[in-house]
Amino acid sequence: MTESFAANRLQGSGAYALELDGVARHFGALVALSGINMRIAAGERRAVLGSNGAGKTTLFNAVTGDFLPTAGRIRFFGEDITDLPPHERIRRGLRRTYQISQLFKGLSVLDSIFLACRGVSRRRFSLLRPATSDVNMVQAESILNAVHLEAYRDTLVATLSHGQQRQLEIALALAGAPRFILFDEPAAGLSPTERRDLVAILNALPKHIGYIIIEHDLDVALRVSEYVSMMHNGRLFKEGTPQEIEADPEVQEIYLGGKHG
Amino acid sequence: MSLAITTNVTPQQNWLERLGAGHIILAVALMLYPLVASDFFLTQIGGYSLIFGMLGLSLMLLAGYGGMVSLAQITVAGISAYAIAILGNNNSNILGFGWPWWLAVPFAVLAAALASALIGWVSVRTEGIYTIMITLAIATATYYFAQQNYAIFNGHSGYTGIRAPAFWGIGWRDARPFYYLCLGLAVLSYAAVLYGSRSTFGMTLQAIRDNPRRMRALGYHVTAHKVFAWLLAGVIAGLAGVLLVWFNGRVSPGTIGVDAAIDVLIIAVIGGLRHPIGPFLGAVVVVLMQTFAIDIVGAERFNTLIGMVFLVIVFVSPDGILGLWGRIKPHLAQESLRPGQ
Repeated sequence: MTESFAANRLQGSGAYALELDGVARHFGALVALSGINMRIAAGERRAVLGSNGAGKTTLFNAVTGDFLPTAGRIRFFGEDITDLPPHERIRRGLRRTYQISQLFKGLSVLDSIFLACRGVSRRRFSLLRPATSDVNMVQAESILNAVHLEAYRDTLVATLSHGQQRQLEIALALAGAPRFILFDEPAAGLSPTERRDLVAILNALPKHIGYIIIEHDLDVALRVSEYVSMMHNGRLFKEGTPQEIEADPEVQEIYLGGKHG
Repeated sequence: MSLAITTNVTPQQNWLERLGAGHIILAVALMLYPLVASDFFLTQIGGYSLIFGMLGLSLMLLAGYGGMVSLAQITVAGISAYAIAILGNNNSNILGFGWPWWLAVPFAVLAAALASALIGWVSVRTEGIYTIMITLAIATATYYFAQQNYAIFNGHSGYTGIRAPAFWGIGWRDARPFYYLCLGLAVLSYAAVLYGSRSTFGMTLQAIRDNPRRMRALGYHVTAHKVFAWLLAGVIAGLAGVLLVWFNGRVSPGTIGVDAAIDVLIIAVIGGLRHPIGPFLGAVVVVLMQTFAIDIVGAERFNTLIGMVFLVIVFVSPDGILGLWGRIKPHLAQESLRPGQ
């Protein structure tokens, strides 16, 4: 139902997963975002880089609707979603992960993913126990494998390591047919091994799922993205392929302190 | 509804294995208890513990799974107790519609459930200590209202002469039938909560307790789920209220006072909030203490003894008696405390 509703409201170009036109966000006198124009094609994987306070997470919050932009329009697969509440955006296939894991410590890994799958279905309320053959349970099991947590199926979330919790954070975003995901620093605090695992998980995602990834670790960011946007003081100041960005002297000056390479 | 729908259960397990040895031993012991117990031990200890265990269970559902600590569970039970007195028969010469028990009981439980949902709806916008405060305020206000209102609550004297029904040739106020009645309803409530803890609703409630923001982001209606938990807790507390008024034969503002409200909280905390068996363990300890402490230390100091036992238990184990069990037999407790096992 939501799908056809979305189709009816299609306008503009459907070739883009996400279009931002002049998006700005002010907190009182503080300009967190200003004049952001961005076009991301369906299935594209984009990295957003920038120092702390550059406005990356604010950009995510504007896209997910956690807070509305002060100015500008946001279109998701051609549909103007600027004024939609967050859960309506989720129903259209937009997902996010959080910089600080937002998990359910008292549940098992599988149950957490199951609830994420159920949340976007129409049977959110049931007094019955889900059967093993329940469609959302089956989805949860396959997501479990996609994020390499199958060995921790029945483990209590509170007892997972930090790295495993970050993987579960990604699993929750994969629930229920996502079309586009916003990853907010998924590699924060991960060990080198866990980072390699994360890169493998992201690169193995189905090709139709596009994403934006905020990442401080250039090694991770440049290996999982096709295109890079650099932010500084709430503005986009440079875009290019990972190679171009890595080689750009101005980027090295601002972001890498001129020492990289 | 089929109880056979469970996750993590291998098909070759039969229903006895799934029930677990602990549950079977406990059930047999509780069934055989009337053979060895005197009438006093059957009702004053057995029946009373089961009733207060159910009240504790209704709190455990809210606090353990929903993270909402309520001091208004005795108030909810009181509403169904008053409803039984008003809808059925009493000898206080006021109201008493004379409805038969099979009509009065469902209405009383429904009234309690709706009142509970209303209290929930008012209090779910608060969190933590503020939920405790707002429910305490509701409990206290109801207590004073009942004391001063004569048209409905008959003031401080309340209602007397309420009789448990007799049907199927059994007088349900008699010690043995009453014990089995309490046991039956307690087991039903316990089993429902245990089953529900791993239902979609139960998992949703626990997830909301852990992270309401993420649940909202996943598309769940957080407030509606919380209020529904209050409704279910209200059904259990309402049933306990019916048993309580049949047990006492009377209901007055004293039944729903702050003392009783705190007793329910103590029962739940002493027993443990992590598993629905906790409140029943807590109820046995508190009822035994309240009955016999006076014989041990005399009338002036028995409350001191109760308080000290409470302090020792929560000091040694913040998870109550369930937590103590976990220290003695960690691996056994791990098994038995796993939700829904």
